[in-house]
Amino acid sequence: MKTFRYERPDSVATAVAGVAAHPGAAFLGAGTSLVDLMKLHVEEPTLLVDVTSLSLDRIGTARDGGLVIGATVRNSDLATDPRVRAEYPLLAEAVLSGASAQIRNVATVGGNLLQRTRCPYYRDVTKPCNRRSAGSGCPALESRLPHSPHLAVLGASPACAAVHPSDLAVALTALDALIEVTGPHGTRTVPITSLYRPPGDAPPDDTVLARADMITAVRLPAATAAWPCAYRKARDRASFAFGTASVAAALRMTGDHIVDVKLAFGAVAPVPWRARHAERALTGRRPVGHVLRQAVDAELVHARPLHGNAFKVDLLRNMTVSLLSELAGRAA
Amino acid sequence: MTGGQERVDGWDKVTGRARYAGDHAVGRAVTAVPVRSTVARGRIVRVDDGEALRQAGVLAVITPDNAPRLAEVHDAELMLFQNHRIAYRGQFVAAVVATSRQAATAAARLVRVAYEQSCHEVRLSADHHRLYEPEHLNEGRPAGTSSGDFAGAFDAAPVRVDETYRTPAVCNNPLETHATCASWDNGRLTLIDSTQGPNTVQNVLAALFRLRTDHVRVICEHVGGAFGAKGAPRANTVLAAMAALVVGRPVTCSFTRRDMFAVAGHRSPTIQRVRLGAHPDGRLIALAHDAVAHTSTLRRFAEQTAAAARHMYAAPHRATSHRLAALDVPSPSWMRAPGYCPGMFALESAMDELAVRTGVDPVDLRLRNDTSVHPETGQLFSSRNLAACLRSGARLFAWAGRNPAPRSGRRGHWLVGTGVAASTYTADVAPSDAAVSVSVDGRYSVSIAAVDVGTGARTMLRSVAARELGVPASAVEIRIGDSCLPRAVVAGGSMGTSSWSWAVIAACRDLRRRVRERGGVVPVTGLTARARTDAEVAALADRARFSFGAQFAEVRVDADTMEIRVPRLLGVFAVGKVLAPALARSQFVGAMTMGLSMALCEEAVTDPCSGDYAQHELATYHIATHADVQDVQASWIEEEEHHLGPSGAKGLGEIGIVGTAAAIANAVYHATGVRVRDLPVRPASLLRAHRCAEPSPHDRGDRGNAAEQP
Amino acid sequence: MNATGNTSAAVRLRVNGVVRELRLDNRTTLLDALREALRLTGTKKGCDHGQCGACTVLVDGRRVYSCLLLAVALPDSDVTTVEGAVRDGRLRILQRAFLDHDALQCGYCTPGQLCSALGLLIELAAEGGDGTAPAGAVRERMSGNLCRCGAYTHIVAAVTAASKTIAEGTP
Repeated sequence: MKTFRYERPDSVATAVAGVAAHPGAAFLGAGTSLVDLMKLHVEEPTLLVDVTSLSLDRIGTARDGGLVIGATVRNSDLATDPRVRAEYPLLAEAVLSGASAQIRNVATVGGNLLQRTRCPYYRDVTKPCNRRSAGSGCPALESRLPHSPHLAVLGASPACAAVHPSDLAVALTALDALIEVTGPHGTRTVPITSLYRPPGDAPPDDTVLARADMITAVRLPAATAAWPCAYRKARDRASFAFGTASVAAALRMTGDHIVDVKLAFGAVAPVPWRARHAERALTGRRPVGHVLRQAVDAELVHARPLHGNAFKVDLLRNMTVSLLSELAGRAA
Repeated sequence: MTGGQERVDGWDKVTGRARYAGDHAVGRAVTAVPVRSTVARGRIVRVDDGEALRQAGVLAVITPDNAPRLAEVHDAELMLFQNHRIAYRGQFVAAVVATSRQAATAAARLVRVAYEQSCHEVRLSADHHRLYEPEHLNEGRPAGTSSGDFAGAFDAAPVRVDETYRTPAVCNNPLETHATCASWDNGRLTLIDSTQGPNTVQNVLAALFRLRTDHVRVICEHVGGAFGAKGAPRANTVLAAMAALVVGRPVTCSFTRRDMFAVAGHRSPTIQRVRLGAHPDGRLIALAHDAVAHTSTLRRFAEQTAAAARHMYAAPHRATSHRLAALDVPSPSWMRAPGYCPGMFALESAMDELAVRTGVDPVDLRLRNDTSVHPETGQLFSSRNLAACLRSGARLFAWAGRNPAPRSGRRGHWLVGTGVAASTYTADVAPSDAAVSVSVDGRYSVSIAAVDVGTGARTMLRSVAARELGVPASAVEIRIGDSCLPRAVVAGGSMGTSSWSWAVIAACRDLRRRVRERGGVVPVTGLTARARTDAEVAALADRARFSFGAQFAEVRVDADTMEIRVPRLLGVFAVGKVLAPALARSQFVGAMTMGLSMALCEEAVTDPCSGDYAQHELATYHIATHADVQDVQASWIEEEEHHLGPSGAKGLGEIGIVGTAAAIANAVYHATGVRVRDLPVRPASLLRAHRCAEPSPHDRGDRGNAAEQP
Repeated sequence: MNATGNTSAAVRLRVNGVVRELRLDNRTTLLDALREALRLTGTKKGCDHGQCGACTVLVDGRRVYSCLLLAVALPDSDVTTVEGAVRDGRLRILQRAFLDHDALQCGYCTPGQLCSALGLLIELAAEGGDGTAPAGAVRERMSGNLCRCGAYTHIVAAVTAASKTIAEGTP
């Protein structure tokens, strides 16, 4: 690692000002993502501003009945919170499917959302990578490895196809979470579906956050509380592995028709993927086999498999149809 | 449960008191950190160490332009910094020696190396232009064998299997990375090293540095796993010794986990064609096994992939062949059950395909093709109980009544299947020495330069000695892990137990004789007996010596995701006399677990662009986790072995990995109807097959309750 | 504000019940602080990137990967390593269970497995229930600790057995 100075402010304003004032500064949560990347020399901050003493570690009820989750709530605490388990079990399932207990015990919600791709070329500074340095090249696309779980089937650009690895982000995307951000110019709210930028031709600009913007909270609307919902994740081993594809779904039925459905895919795109085409095709329909398949295919028609990752399309189709079918059964 | 056979070193290990090589480094701050090549083939043109040398804490930068000259040894991987040639990406090209690991690592990044890069070739193929037949394989085996007229007999056979199987490169990845602490004192070199063989390290390092062998001492009290990767010295040992020589202070060198994918050895990928020609009742007429593997351009390592085919099954017409391509990759080396492990995946998969084609039960098929003499040489087996293992295993696994039809087992959203495969491995012994002493107060001490890499050798040898001496184990002290102890064969090749126990037993017997000669009185100065087994080993009868086993697997495949789970694995083995049952069970189960990992998770793929492995961390090179491993059982047949020394033991550390992958792949076929011939068996493989075979991938039954419209 | 102008800092940790005051480069992970500054070599470095579990210790009662935590970011934390078993009856019970079930081979992952198991039992207790750890839950919850020797089945048996002993209140 490169040497760095370390600060632990006790107010958000000070933290933001501290990062704003120093071009080489970065926010530090637990470090499970940042320290890992610093050891790889992918990130080389010269000042770390520790955000874990800013009292952002509570989960509270919002005025509208939804949930407010502080940005430094630990992943494990989020998953075991009684309100989360009762009203947004999708969230708990997503968190518990990720990483290992040792990581979940310290990793923050904010850090989880901002973790970087696991693409092996991004993580290897001896190789070029457009995401680290725009225009330097993408060996991942050139290499044509026979098994490419790190590459996207949706939303890739010719410059970068590396998937986003967070499970939590997928669940929050399905639930229409709002991200509270405080920056040098004040506080704002960003829908999570607008937080991440697709790679386009500037893969390094992967979020709408400026360097000194800090996530302070995640808000969940009351609307989806207690809907039948679930998170399914496929992996190449039984645990402690990033997903090869994942699905977050929540739906509401009236009688035998789907009234509202929220669907997001993970590990298949450079951003958590909200499956709006599928949602539109499902709304108002009966959740029977061919309807579910056609709706999912309405989304997957946009899939562009790359060498070694076509299996993700099959995975998504199978998992989504099964999951929706199961949720519909629960709603009945 | 250990039933009182607790490991001698167990307490030290569970308290954290056991010190491994890297633990000795703590407090000895001087560290050597390598600079690694970023090209796979070419030449070093220039090394700029100026900026690195200016960093605080840096004592030296060693490059091909200033490195001490080493004497040439056979393993060119150890000739660090002796020329400017680059043979693979990740090769050590220079090193920084500094007073802290942080300083050395930071300075290593400032060393600028300019290369003249050539085109590299890193992908093995069955028709690669660099393929050649080596003069011989590892351990002096012939590259090709043949008897009868394979081609004619195969063409005429009523039932034929002709398939190609692939195993990827896999990396040993013991949890402790290679590490060495080196210090010089008056021209004598002491190494605290993580190794399977202190005497091997001693011999090679003495040769490299032109020392008398007895001026090199290698200590390896505790080793955090090896699986073949530490069977011979590697670059860490040479670098530590060289750096200590250059700076005149003790130096430590540890591999990073990333180094474990480049300079620690690996198992070559294989491409194997197996052809079986048989009668309709499954009896083999013709058997051929042709294997292709890679080696590096530095050193020839010829994996004996088709060796198992030479002795497993009877067939009058036979042929085996091996070809190697020397690619621009790191040198492959031993990994648990070299040759037999990848080879039996192919052979036992092919046997399963033959069972399917003939309609013969897979267990019966193997029983029908069993043989009591070596099918190629006609030698008698020293002992062979493959049939007993198959029968016992079938009974324990409740194999009888199995519906052989694929996709016939379904439980909810799981496709269920079972599979079987045979196991085999060599049973060898090599000369070793041992010394046993008794003190006047009746305490015994056994010394031998054996190593416990997790096998429990320490405990096993103590109990062998105690039994032979007729005393409780608590009266015996066991000393291993030091090259200055009586020389012993490396902890590998599954010959540790047979070799070391022979020497220990001989020394114990000699000691008892000496005590008897003195009327049972031990002098105040104690008594010592030494034994060496060279003559006895050389006089062993001419027999084919192998262990055998049978492995059974039950798999469940998720109908949607094709994720594979293995709820049951059973291995039944015939390995001579089992000297330490609890430790043996741990070895069998541990090796079978590694076999499960091989079947489902492990793959290192060379990247044609960069020339190195695309997987170089444990997050992308998956090994099985707790959650992957459910019920794994091992048992063994009582077997008399009279041609491997007085213990009657055959060694058992490796056979457990042989056959596991085939048993699992065969079970996956039974569950899904999809035959996966390329490891690892992944959901992607099964999904791809379904996509090709079925237009509508959803007809797998419903998980939920929604009504299905026709 | 808790600012340092330096690239190193004073770090105060309570390790196995003993307060230790260290001056460490900010880059020092908790793992390196334990091993190199405090000479507590029981905790192992297997990968240095939070991917193998060999470096597992407890910080304030939670199992963590010490290789990914910066020591400077752990003010006054309570750290338990495998060497802390002398103070923790539960760790001692786990150690005994590991020996009884031969839940180790080379031993390199063992300190991490032990600390992880202790952390698991603490987590289960916090979630309610009778404190016993069924095998399926242990397998999933211990998956952050790799064992290349393949002692998994014995480790699970040991942890399950130890959980019963601890739940029964044996000291």
